[in-house]
Amino acid sequence: MRFVFKTSYGQDVALFRDGVQRNTYIALFLALLVLPLLVPEYVGDISLVFIYSLCGVSLMVLTGYTGLVSLGHAAFIGIGAYVYVFVSQDWGMPWIVGVAAAVVVTAASGVLVGLPALRMTGVYLSIATLAFALIIQEVFTRWDAVTGGLKGKAVSRVVAFGVPLGTDERFYFLCLAFLLAGLWLTANLLRSPTGRAWVAIRDSEVAAQSMGVNLAVYKTMAFAYSAGLMGMAGALFAHKIGFLAPDIFSVLFSIQFLLMVVVGGLGSLHGAVFGAVFVALLPVLISQSRDAVPVWAGHAFALFGKDAGNAVFSAVDRFVKQPGLEPGIFGLILVLFILFEPLGIYGRWVKIRLYFSVFPLYKHATFRRQKSYMRSERLR
Amino acid sequence: MTFFKADGLAINFGGIRALDGVSFEVATGEVFTIIGPNGAGKTTIFNLISRIYDPSEGRMTFCGEDITRVPPHEIARRGIARTFQNIELFEHASVLQNLLLGRHAHKRSGFVEELLFLPRVERLEVEHREAAEKVIDFLDLQPYRDSLIVNLPYGVRKVVELGRALCAEPKLLLLDEPSSGLSVEETEDMAFWIQDIQNVLGITVLMVEHDMSLVSAVSERVLALNYGRAIALGTAREVQDHPEVIKAYLGG
Repeated sequence: MRFVFKTSYGQDVALFRDGVQRNTYIALFLALLVLPLLVPEYVGDISLVFIYSLCGVSLMVLTGYTGLVSLGHAAFIGIGAYVYVFVSQDWGMPWIVGVAAAVVVTAASGVLVGLPALRMTGVYLSIATLAFALIIQEVFTRWDAVTGGLKGKAVSRVVAFGVPLGTDERFYFLCLAFLLAGLWLTANLLRSPTGRAWVAIRDSEVAAQSMGVNLAVYKTMAFAYSAGLMGMAGALFAHKIGFLAPDIFSVLFSIQFLLMVVVGGLGSLHGAVFGAVFVALLPVLISQSRDAVPVWAGHAFALFGKDAGNAVFSAVDRFVKQPGLEPGIFGLILVLFILFEPLGIYGRWVKIRLYFSVFPLYKHATFRRQKSYMRSERLR
Repeated sequence: MTFFKADGLAINFGGIRALDGVSFEVATGEVFTIIGPNGAGKTTIFNLISRIYDPSEGRMTFCGEDITRVPPHEIARRGIARTFQNIELFEHASVLQNLLLGRHAHKRSGFVEELLFLPRVERLEVEHREAAEKVIDFLDLQPYRDSLIVNLPYGVRKVVELGRALCAEPKLLLLDEPSSGLSVEETEDMAFWIQDIQNVLGITVLMVEHDMSLVSAVSERVLALNYGRAIALGTAREVQDHPEVIKAYLGG
C-alpha cells in the first residue's frame, strides 16, 4: 500500500494527487493518441464513447455532484445539436461561432429549467425535467423553419478554422480534444469553492445554506453548466450521426445518460467516463448477441435431439428479436447496479485496486455501508 | 451597542405558538446558554437566527444591524456560524472538504477564473487550506483530515461540525447541543474547546445545551425557556434554583 506524503498545501489543491497519477494519465493520453493506428475500424465507435463521456460528465455535475436528478438531458443535447447546425450551416457562420452559440443557448435553457427546479426536490424535479424534454422534443418536431421537422436535417462534415475534420480519424481527435477540455474545466470547478458548494447542496442543503451557500444561485449554476457541456457535446453529436431528427432526442436517450452516471458511479468523473464506455458499447454487444445467443441455445439443446434444438433456437430467436428488448436490458442493469453496487463501476474499480494493493489483508467490511444517523427532517 | 439582541421573537407553526415573545441580549465575548425542556423552542430560536424560519413577530439585531429579514445564505457572511443538533455534515466528502466548505463565506473567486483555475484561484485555495489547517490543529483533527465523514464515529463528527463552523471565522457561534451523544470524556473536551473558543479565538458563543455540568462550567449567563416563553435569566446556579425552572422540568 502506498501513501502520499504531503509537504505543502499546494498538493491538496493540485489537479493530480501525485506524480504517479499524473504519469498514468499522460500514458493513457498517449495511448489514446496512437489508438486510431491500432484499431482503425473502431475509431468511429470510440469517438461516440468520447461524446457520451462528455454527456456523462455533464450529467455527473448535476446528478452526481449537486444531487439533482435530471431526466431531460436529451433535450439539452438536442438543443445544442440543432442550434449548432442552424447557426453554422443555415447562417453559414464559422464553426467556432456555431459551437459557442450551441453552448450559450443550451446553458441559457439550462437556467430556464433550473429556475422552477429550485422549488422542487427529488422525484418532482425529475418529472419536471422529463416534461421539459417532452416539450422540447415537440418543439423539434413542429418548428420546421429551424429544425426541418420530421423530415430531419442533414449535417455536413466538420470544417474547423478552414481545416476539414470530416474523416473518422480527424473527428476522433476533435472529440478527444473536446472531452479533455470538458474534463479539465469540470475538474477545476470541482476543486474550487463552487464544486464544494455543489457537493454541500447534495449532502445537506440546510447546512450548505447556513455556511453561506446561496442555494438558488448554485443550483441554477449547476443546471447551466451541465446544460452548457451538453450543448458542446451536441455540436459533436450532430456530426457524429450526420442527420438530425426529433425522435433521436427521446426520453430513452435521457435515460441512457442517467444509466451512464449511475452505472459508472455517482460522484466521480471516472464514473462518468466508465459509464459512457459501458453505454456506448452495450448496444453493440446486444446486437451481436441477438445473432449469437439463439445459435448457442440451439446448439446446447441439440444434445437432446435435433427437434429440441430447432424448437429452442426459434423460441429464443423470437424472444431476442422482440422490440423493446434493449430498453428492458438497460433498465434491468440500472436496477441491478443500484441494488448491488451503488457506487457503480468506479466503486468496483476502487475495490479491486484496494484488493491488490493490500493483498492479502483485504477485508470485506472496508466498504460495508454504515447506518447513517438520522438527520433532522423538520427543516425540509 | 449591543452585540446581539432578540426582541420579542415569536413564531407560529399552524396553530402552535412555538415561541411567544422571547427577548434576550448577548454581550460581546460571553458564553450564553439557552436551556429548557423538550419542545421549549430552543432550536427554533437558532433556526430563526440562521434565518431558516421567518419570525411571525419580533426583531433581531446583530452588531447594530437588523438581520430579521436577511436571506439565510447572507447570515454566514455577517459573521454568524452554527452547528446542528443532529449533525448536518456533508457525508460523502472528506473532513478537509467539509472544513473548506466552512470557508465559503470568505469565497472571493469568480466562476470563470475557477473554470480555468487561474493562479489567483490557486493562491486563494491555499489560503483557505491554511485557515482550515489552523482549525484542524485547534481541534486535534489531524488523524481524520482525509477520512470520509461516513466512516467516522459520532463523537468525531460532532467535532468536525464544530470545526466547520470555526472555519467561517464567525463573530457569533451558535452551538446546538454540542454535547448530545458524546461520552463523558468527549463532553469534557468539548467544554475545554468552548472555553478556548471564547478566550483564545475571542468568539462569542450562544448555545443550547441540556448537560448542566457543561453549562455551569462554561457559560456566564443562562436563559431558561418553557413553552416558548422565557422563564428565568441569570447565572447557571441562579437559573437552576429558580422555582419556575424546577417546575418546568419536574412538573408540579
